[in-house]
Amino acid sequence: MIGKLVFEDGSIFEGRSFGNNTSVAGELVFQTGMVGYPESLTDPSYAGQILILTYPIIGSYGVPQKKYWESDRIQITGLIVSQYIGTPSHFQSRQTLASWLKENNIPALEITDTRTLAIKLREKGTSLGKIIIKNDVQFYDPNKENLVAKVSLQTAYRVGKGRKKIVLLDCGAKKNIERCLVKRGVEVIVAPWDYDPFAEKEQFDGLVISNGPGDPKMAGRTIQTIKKGLISKIPILGICLGNQLLALAAGGDTGKLKFGHRSHNQPCMMVGSTRCYITTQNHGFAVSKIPKGFSPWFINANDKTNEGIIHQKLPVMSVQFHPEATAGPTDTEWIFDFFLEKAKLL
Amino acid sequence: MKNPKKVLILGSGALKIGEAGEFDYSGSQAIKALKEEGITTVLVNPNIATIQTSKFLADTVYFLPVTDYFVEKVIQKEKPDGIFLSFGGQTALNCGLSLEEKGILKQHHVSVLGTPVETIRLSEDRDAFSKHLKKIGIATPQSIAVTSTKDALTVAQKLGYPVMVRSGFALGGQGSGIANNEKELDDITQKAFAFVSQILVEQYLHHFKEIEYEVVRDKDDNCITVCNMENMDPLGIHTGESIVVAPSQTLNNFEYQFLRNKAIEIVRSVEIVGECNVQFALNPNPKTGDIDYYVIEMNARLSRSSALASKATGYPLAYVAAKLALSKNLTEITNKVTGATQACFEPALDYIVVKIPRWDIEKFRGADERIGSSMKSVGEVMGIGRTFEEALQKATRMLDLDFEGVTSEVLLKNQKSTKELLEIPTPKRIFAIAKAIKEGIHTKEIQKLTGINAWFLYRIENIVRAEHRVPKNKEKLNVTKLWELKKLGFSDKKIGQLTHTTGLEIRRLRKKIGVIPSMLQIDTLAGEFPAQTKYLYVTYNAAHHDIMPSHKKGVIVLGSGPYRIGSSVEFDWTSVNTALRLKDHGKKSILINCNPETVSTDYDISDRLYFEELTFERIADIYDFEKPYGVVISVGGQTPNNRAQSLHAYGVPILGTRPEDIDRAEDRSKFSKLLDELEIAQPAWNKFTDFHDALRFAEKVGFPVLIRPSYVLSGTLMRICHNKEELEHFLKDATMVSKDYPLTVSKFIEEAKEIELDAVAKKGKVTASIISEHIENAGVHSGDASIVLPPQHLNRQTMDEITQIGEKLARALSITGPFNIQFLAKDNQVSVIEVNLRASRTFPFISKVTGVDFVMLVVDSFFNQTSPNNPSETESVIKRNNVTKNLSKRLPFVALKVAQFSFARITGADPILHVEMASTGEVACFGKTMLEAFLLGSIAVGGKIPKKGIFLSLGGRQNKEAFIEKAKMLKTLNIPIYATENTSVFLKAYGIKTKMLHKIHEKQSPNVLEYFKKQKIDLVINLVEHQRQDEADHYTIRRAAIDHNIPVFTNLQKASVFTQAITTLKESTLPIKSWEEYTGF
Repeated sequence: MIGKLVFEDGSIFEGRSFGNNTSVAGELVFQTGMVGYPESLTDPSYAGQILILTYPIIGSYGVPQKKYWESDRIQITGLIVSQYIGTPSHFQSRQTLASWLKENNIPALEITDTRTLAIKLREKGTSLGKIIIKNDVQFYDPNKENLVAKVSLQTAYRVGKGRKKIVLLDCGAKKNIERCLVKRGVEVIVAPWDYDPFAEKEQFDGLVISNGPGDPKMAGRTIQTIKKGLISKIPILGICLGNQLLALAAGGDTGKLKFGHRSHNQPCMMVGSTRCYITTQNHGFAVSKIPKGFSPWFINANDKTNEGIIHQKLPVMSVQFHPEATAGPTDTEWIFDFFLEKAKLL
Repeated sequence: MKNPKKVLILGSGALKIGEAGEFDYSGSQAIKALKEEGITTVLVNPNIATIQTSKFLADTVYFLPVTDYFVEKVIQKEKPDGIFLSFGGQTALNCGLSLEEKGILKQHHVSVLGTPVETIRLSEDRDAFSKHLKKIGIATPQSIAVTSTKDALTVAQKLGYPVMVRSGFALGGQGSGIANNEKELDDITQKAFAFVSQILVEQYLHHFKEIEYEVVRDKDDNCITVCNMENMDPLGIHTGESIVVAPSQTLNNFEYQFLRNKAIEIVRSVEIVGECNVQFALNPNPKTGDIDYYVIEMNARLSRSSALASKATGYPLAYVAAKLALSKNLTEITNKVTGATQACFEPALDYIVVKIPRWDIEKFRGADERIGSSMKSVGEVMGIGRTFEEALQKATRMLDLDFEGVTSEVLLKNQKSTKELLEIPTPKRIFAIAKAIKEGIHTKEIQKLTGINAWFLYRIENIVRAEHRVPKNKEKLNVTKLWELKKLGFSDKKIGQLTHTTGLEIRRLRKKIGVIPSMLQIDTLAGEFPAQTKYLYVTYNAAHHDIMPSHKKGVIVLGSGPYRIGSSVEFDWTSVNTALRLKDHGKKSILINCNPETVSTDYDISDRLYFEELTFERIADIYDFEKPYGVVISVGGQTPNNRAQSLHAYGVPILGTRPEDIDRAEDRSKFSKLLDELEIAQPAWNKFTDFHDALRFAEKVGFPVLIRPSYVLSGTLMRICHNKEELEHFLKDATMVSKDYPLTVSKFIEEAKEIELDAVAKKGKVTASIISEHIENAGVHSGDASIVLPPQHLNRQTMDEITQIGEKLARALSITGPFNIQFLAKDNQVSVIEVNLRASRTFPFISKVTGVDFVMLVVDSFFNQTSPNNPSETESVIKRNNVTKNLSKRLPFVALKVAQFSFARITGADPILHVEMASTGEVACFGKTMLEAFLLGSIAVGGKIPKKGIFLSLGGRQNKEAFIEKAKMLKTLNIPIYATENTSVFLKAYGIKTKMLHKIHEKQSPNVLEYFKKQKIDLVINLVEHQRQDEADHYTIRRAAIDHNIPVFTNLQKASVFTQAITTLKESTLPIKSWEEYTGF
């Protein structure tokens, strides 16, 4: 079946449908990573978005068991690839990408010229879009609603063992953040985005704010919790959306990038050093004003946008990129060690 | 650290199997990087055909052998304060390590820039390296270093067969192999120990995947992987012999990142500064856990893989590595492709590349076509596409062997069973896979036989199925069908074959209904940032162009395609210089080439680079899009030249000599008639469609005759036949004679000199010409011959006659551009063998020796005015050099080009010189005399002045007599001379004492093989006579010598000159003079 990808400006691109035959609307974004589609598709930060993968050959190693995913379902709204491979070959493959998409009711199109889509978004900026298969649907702007609330978990759970306890606020957390923390020997309370450990009188030693979708300003309740954390001088680590939320909580500001950073090859300079790290990124918003008492920690070497802030005195810090990677390079996983060490949580 | 003032760069010498054009690319980029920093560069590289040995690159060039002796002399003279070891392949690395070990670098205060020497040494010593890896917890295959065959056998017993044998310090895996049993191990180790003193016997990882990472690290520990690559062929086939894709296709994120991390860990642990390559074996079906891997090897230098990675991604690895060696931080280097982003990043591709090696194994008599853990291929191509199918099919066509895609059966006619072709890896295997699928062999079975991951097989199956669905009738080809086929990389010609029409007809149809390809940019960031450079490819898997046409500003220059026997880096030099020169005429150069080992495919050489096929279809696509001023077909060797007629017929303006005139020179009958009209002598010849007519002709003109079949089943193309029996035998064995495949027979003139004229003309008038002379008599291919400038043995009359013939032909053919004529001369009689209306392979040689840039003259000849920037450049160059027509007459020195052979690489190949070319590269050296230049050149291609013993085997009375004086000279070296029985007896009669050795097959002591093994002989002269009964025995001796790394001379003239050189000259008195010191420019 042939479907259409429609941009907000009315431009239309046709392609063969290989996912679920339904129409959807969302925000159009492109991602340039060359591996890791199962991880990307299950990344809750992509909620509300139709994902265009620029690597043209997708599906080659099928889909692995759930334990390798970043959340328990596909999070994207729709998928666009150039060539879909329905004959995977990998020992971990349990099903094809197409059957997985269908199971999750996600539409997907094979539009050969994905490059032109990426260039269009680069030049014109992020656009709303919709995949039309059969019936038409209205455009929909996911950034106008609280996506975090939609993807966050419902009830808290505890995982891992250790002398110290960390509250991980799940604003749409990738599973690997939890894995990275547990691996380092701390107990983790994974809690919903609006969970307030101070109100709950939970005894804990550090706060980690996860990644997540959409406009950070929509997640006001998380910001409130972070504010309390700042006042009580609890160690805090923010990741991606968590970086933006920390900035907002501390009196800084955020803004929307023209088309965002979604790739596995973003170079980030550590301010005041000669070190540059290759990072995984997936964000459309960024910190535009560094809050008082904080210093810029990382800066994007390509477009010079802020990639992290660190408190001048306290063990409070955040990064715009993904130290937990998946998919992408794990070169900044040391951020977890650094945080735990500064926060004296090891 | 302060920047050095003067840096010495070591090149890799002649192109050879395992070390080819990629090091011209890396060296050239390194020099560029140094020049930008204001550092003076000194280059030692005897390979005169390279771009790095150009005036616009290195400040000072020494055309000297890259050996410690000569490099030390250059260091003494030039006093550099830094040295680059990692840009000239294994040759440079080995030389540098040796200099360091001997304390020479320290003594002269030369610091090694980039990766420290200890690291290089560690990475080269396999045993030490695996110990190091074990220490940091990284897995390597169980392996044990041994220094004798006996120990190897014991170790293998312990590990269990099959085992892998690897030798350190050797280029391209020479002396490596898989042994299935004791006998095979014995064979492999014997050969390996002839080259190295230590080998590793390893656990063999059957059908593991082979994955590589290209890693870059700076002094501040910033570390990136620029590219990963996956070998389609499983472990056991050298990466240089494998079909390789980038990026990897069958790895998931976990495997990709895991191996990436391990590569980075290793690189950090040994403190690489610059570029490095790490190769892994990965189990496709780990029994436990998520990953089962081993590190196979690391190259602490630029390599073939890094050149491929560089072209695959657009990331200038060698340039960046050079900057890092100067202590720059990765973040201080800009990504030149975007002009806005950083060199500290990892390229994101939105396409796939497929590399296929080019083999010429069938050009070697007696060669074994199996491929394995050591290199045999002579070149490679890289197809770029947005589906694997498209990239793969492109690459098969790029090989320039008439393969119309992967379903081609050109190689599979009269072959073994398909299953056998699958099981035993050869250059045919990729095509056998497609055939197997057609025959209904299940992919599971193919995977079991080949070890190739099913992912690749499914893709090939996709191609085969699409081909099967093509309608038999072109009327039924609709838009959808054509798009489907083009997206999968089918050529017009192939679709034409399937629908019983021509490729041109399909092209017309396709254009009419709008099925046309897109011109896309390689931008390193998959569209995230706009690219400044115009590094392009053509694809059907897109619906837009990234660029606008050049129109009349543009001139297309066709490059050489893959390196192969007969077409190599010299045509890259001519292409690059043509592109550069076009700028002076206000034109934008549009270069097309598909060879990742070249400088012409660096995106900063031309205004636009299409990394594309040199097929008619693709050139026409680019032409249709760019609508340029014209196309240059005469500077890239035979491949572009072959496109003249089809492009002309399509209406493409060909710059230079008119295609009709090209045809008059190339069509043997037309050309012969022209020669008769002009009263120019030529050897008697004719074309035959019947064996008996051919024989009658041969008997009439008298044997020997030169046979040139137009269709060959196997083996060589040309052959000299000395009698009826040979003619019969050759025609029965190797060729077909029929109406469709006529045979050309020409009289072969024995003991004739071969002379070449290279020239440039404009509208039929010669602007400059030069005569060069072959050392070897006719009968040795001009590409294998030693060529001397100025001519040493030609009289005025002959020279004048040759010049006049050149002028006559230029006029008659209205030549505009380059041409080359080959002559035979005997008893002051000159005859013409052939003419080529294109730049010859000697263009860089003659240009660099005379100082007259022949390519510049060629480009100028295309335009009505000479360069507007340099109005009368052509004239002034000639005046400045005070030369007239015979440019070579005035040279106050001698330059000599010597061929490089790679026989050791091709198991079983006969190292004899004959009419078919066999050399893989060349060097040229200078001297006061011909002997000086010849000796330097001989050393530069791996020759040695013998110090242990010489073995003589002089076949036939004629050869024996001709060599008497030389044998006497050899006696003055005061080293033992050994000879075969006949030769020994003969020489004794002339008072020359030799020790008689039995031939190999005589199996008697003292035997020549035993002396080879004991390394008592370091020169073999085996002069061959035709029609010998015992030829096979001589072959065994020659081959054994090659297998024991002993230089072999088989040609009388060449052996004689070498003898003169080694008996009258000493290495210590050879001049250490730069190019400039000889030529004065």
